Amino acid sequence: MSDPNSESEAFAKARRGRNIAIAVGLLLFVVLVFVVTIVRLGGNVANRAI
Amino acid sequence: MTHAPSKAPALWSDYVLLLKPRVMSLVVFTAFTGLVMARTPLNPILAAVAVLCIAVGAGASGALNMWYDADIDAKMRRTRGRPVPAGRVQGADALTLGVVLSLFSVMLMGMALNWLAAGLLAFTILFYAVVYTMWLKRSTAQNIVIGGLAGALPPAIGWAAASGTAPPNAWLLVLIIFLWTPPHFWALSLYTSEDYAKAGVPMMPVVKGAASTRRQIFGYSLALIPVCIAPVFTGLGGPIYLAVSGLGGLVFLLLAWRVLRSHAGEAKGERNDDGLYDVKASSKDARNLFAFSILYLTLLFAALLAERAMAMTPLELLR
Repeated sequence: MSDPNSESEAFAKARRGRNIAIAVGLLLFVVLVFVVTIVRLGGNVANRAI
Repeated sequence: MTHAPSKAPALWSDYVLLLKPRVMSLVVFTAFTGLVMARTPLNPILAAVAVLCIAVGAGASGALNMWYDADIDAKMRRTRGRPVPAGRVQGADALTLGVVLSLFSVMLMGMALNWLAAGLLAFTILFYAVVYTMWLKRSTAQNIVIGGLAGALPPAIGWAAASGTAPPNAWLLVLIIFLWTPPHFWALSLYTSEDYAKAGVPMMPVVKGAASTRRQIFGYSLALIPVCIAPVFTGLGGPIYLAVSGLGGLVFLLLAWRVLRSHAGEAKGERNDDGLYDVKASSKDARNLFAFSILYLTLLFAALLAERAMAMTPLELLR
């Protein structure tokens, strides 16, 4: 018979690990979109008509 | 497609396994080769984003495959430990992951690179998840022949990502992988056919028998080798590529000939354990062809990359 407390602890730990993975993934995605935007804009920002 | 929750909690690494990282590595390699062979100057960050999108797209189709095929996977030794049949991840979660990653990878490819590459990526994901997984795999012995197109397309996606076009040379790389898939996969299925039969998957050895499969392996190998050498005549490959494709092709044909002459796939209990390489003596020829086929494809694309790298100036390599 397994201890229900240690079991729920293991589930909570696994959930925390998954949440951190999602947070890291989302953060990387945001950074990626920002970097891609900068690269694609290139020098066009400075050269645009004002 | 729902599975009873397991006692073991789902770790983040289980979700990584849903993306079939081993398959992803070959996809990334061939896509990168396509990207390089396009010979179009591309910002390295955008090139990395293109490869990332293709890798994530391939992973997404893997997750969709694992969601839909969980019932089959549970019956096969090779796949029963996967997160969904093992009960660590719910089928619905695998489906959600697959759909979300598909959308993200295609949209990012379209916005960061171009919409031809994004369209080809979307087609590849749909073809693998819907045409192969949901339809062909369970209905015809030609499943991996036609379905192999999904695994063959990455070089064209890489090429399109770099140049915005997909010329005949890009499709030649696709054709190489397309013709390579049947001998590669059928060599494996010769000594795993019991698993496929148990799961009700109409793999060639299950439907047509081992002897017919061995003949078809040899036939596809005969068609494959000239196509592998063809890039030398279309301006893609040079002397290194010619040597690798020619000599490797001879070894490939020799191994396929040995499979043809063997009794691979006829004895019961061909495999000794859950691994892919520990087989009984009768199936050693099939195992050898399976292992060499992976090496051959890797060497072909590595030769193209090596020749391209040698042709570039150090400054070009950094760009």
